[in-house]
Amino acid sequence: MRKILFGLLVLGVAAALIVGELHTKSTEQTPLEKLSRQYARRAGPSVDHTKFAQLQARFKKPQEVTSACIACHNGRDEEVMRSSHWNWERTEYIPGQGIRSVGKKNLVNNFCIGVTGNEPSCNRCHAGYGYAEASFDFTNPLNVDCLSCHDNSGEYTKAAGGAGMPDPSVDLARVAQRVGKPQRLNCGTCHFLGGGGNNVKHGDLETALLDSPKTVDVHMGTDGLDMECVDCHTASKHQMLGKMYSVSSMNRNRVECETCHSTLPHADGVLNSHTLKVACQTCHIPVYAKVNPTKLTWDWSTAGRLQDGKPIEEKGPHGEDTYLSIKGSFTWGTNVKPEYIWFNGTASHYLIGDRIDPSRPVKINTLHGSYDDPDAKIYPVKIHRGKQIYDAEYRYLIQPKLVSTVPGDGGYWTEFDWPKANEEGMRLVGLPYSGKYGFVETEMTWPVNHMVSPTSQTVGCNECHTRKNGRLAAVGGFYLPGRDRNGPVDAAGVGLLAATLAGVCLHGAGRAVAARRKRRAMLDARPEPAPGAALDAQPEAAADAASETEGTERS
Amino acid sequence: MRHYVYGGFERFWHWAQAVLILFLALTGFEIHGSIHFFGFEQAVAYHSTAAYALMVLIAFAGFWHLTTGEWRQYVPTRENLLKQADYYLSGIFRGAPHPTKKTPLSKLNPLQKLVYAGLKTFLIPLMVGSGLVYMFYRYPQRYSVVSLKVGGLEWVAIAHTAGAFLLLAFVITHLYLITTGQTLTSNLKAMITGYEDLPDEDPHGPAASA
Repeated sequence: MRKILFGLLVLGVAAALIVGELHTKSTEQTPLEKLSRQYARRAGPSVDHTKFAQLQARFKKPQEVTSACIACHNGRDEEVMRSSHWNWERTEYIPGQGIRSVGKKNLVNNFCIGVTGNEPSCNRCHAGYGYAEASFDFTNPLNVDCLSCHDNSGEYTKAAGGAGMPDPSVDLARVAQRVGKPQRLNCGTCHFLGGGGNNVKHGDLETALLDSPKTVDVHMGTDGLDMECVDCHTASKHQMLGKMYSVSSMNRNRVECETCHSTLPHADGVLNSHTLKVACQTCHIPVYAKVNPTKLTWDWSTAGRLQDGKPIEEKGPHGEDTYLSIKGSFTWGTNVKPEYIWFNGTASHYLIGDRIDPSRPVKINTLHGSYDDPDAKIYPVKIHRGKQIYDAEYRYLIQPKLVSTVPGDGGYWTEFDWPKANEEGMRLVGLPYSGKYGFVETEMTWPVNHMVSPTSQTVGCNECHTRKNGRLAAVGGFYLPGRDRNGPVDAAGVGLLAATLAGVCLHGAGRAVAARRKRRAMLDARPEPAPGAALDAQPEAAADAASETEGTERS
Repeated sequence: MRHYVYGGFERFWHWAQAVLILFLALTGFEIHGSIHFFGFEQAVAYHSTAAYALMVLIAFAGFWHLTTGEWRQYVPTRENLLKQADYYLSGIFRGAPHPTKKTPLSKLNPLQKLVYAGLKTFLIPLMVGSGLVYMFYRYPQRYSVVSLKVGGLEWVAIAHTAGAFLLLAFVITHLYLITTGQTLTSNLKAMITGYEDLPDEDPHGPAASA
């Protein structure tokens, strides 16, 4: 009876558990499922711009398009003119450097160095028309380029070397009638191709994201949610959310994974506790540059090698440039494991004119943070290592003039004359040039935020919690279980165990030897030894012999 | 004469604790990076589960010790302490009798009392304490992550590791000393069955051998 009751009880509990499990599965959505549904919904445009009379005109100049746009969308031009996409600088507090106005306009990098003097080429990516030199009028709203971000036809392109002017082939009216919310191509044209080619700069932003599976980017995968850049990089009054610490300094306006996924997104408590010190990206972006290679090093010192007086190009196995006379030598990488740093959301920058120590790599930007900093977490970064030109006497980086607009203006890319390019470039930034130059190693740090992998490809525990060659091997300031140990304590511990083992072995051996000796002595003492029976006859011996054989147990 | 020395709960507690401590050592030293068996992730999960199980067991054992008065078995004494040490160092090789008489009311010799008291008042609390801090030194709450402000894991982890080495050294010694009872296996059998043949009137008691 009792057995039956017990059996029934067990069955009842099991049934309740199964029903409960099935019930929650069928009705409750996980937070991730809710997010997926929310972002799967797509709102179409609210109006059809092809029907507007204002856009039927034959636009001769792109400024006329802007004029037509802001005739209805009044005030939007002013919003754009307050944004970084327009100003290419913003006032920031830089730790250790004070309040400065910094941005693409005046910072240097270790790719094509800097904008000043090279505006016609670099400023193809400016959200405006005609920023061909530093004297560009940033107050003229007609120069705002609405189409570069809002073209939905995919036909709008800016002219190479055109300082932001559209390519002459573009049918402005056709594009103006097909405007809408920014799509991946709008953002990608500049953010994928920065630095002079696909994926050169970021490593996690490249043309493959226009159409790639979830394994490349779980958010943007066209076989999945197919999200747009602006789904995360939302904007209010044309101020886009998002920061890149190559040009930003302060911990504000960042796009955070937590905004959608919460600070405790895992079902597992141990994983959730990691979120205090480990950024989401660290585990969820195991590698970057998953499809096309990204530039890892750039050595300007080899530039200028000509063949028959003409610049040359050398390509690697995947068609990537390994040498260009105009730029020097490069190395590239695909499926690159990020490097990891403590980062609290603030960065300082090399500002043009800052003194350098040429014996050490110059940090173009420095991301701050440490374990003890409550705002800091471990982030994955791409570190782009360069070797670039500096003034050997004044000991600061040189911003050479690279692009030629008129013959003989010193642009290195046509004249291959460093002294002249240095002289002209430094004149434009307003700093003296000594005439002596050298090449110095530089490092630039780019946080990796995109190319988030599906859960199945997340970085495993043992990739960091391991003694040798772990992903966090170089990240210091804290004790990481599995990676770290205290040498003396471990040595003492192992020594203790060895000594204990040796001790008990010796002690046991001693007992065995003593027992055997004693038994033999007794056997010898007996006049007629009777093997087998002897032990039982001698209580004294038996007690000792017990340590040798179990068979001799007795009370 | 046959005595019932170890009660049912006492034996269950002993063996459960033995299994848990060995399992904790296995998973713990995997977390430490010394060995590879389950993989780090599983080792952490198993170690935490076993730790909770051990803490529940310790709670029950503590209750048992207090309510039965068995805790008195572990009160260290100086009486016979040196004789017991002398026995292990030399007497045992000569076949000298045990200097301490084992009875159900006094199961432990002075050295055992000292070592077990040390275990119960120092080593186990050190392991449980550092283990709890290890688990909770930073922990998530519903809408935020709150940090137990201990600065970092380093000293917690080092204390826990050092304790683990001591505990393991104890286990090795303990396993060996099992064989030093009245016979090679009498101690083991007693802890399995609960019964042990104890000499009631030992003609070779301490007094006789002195």
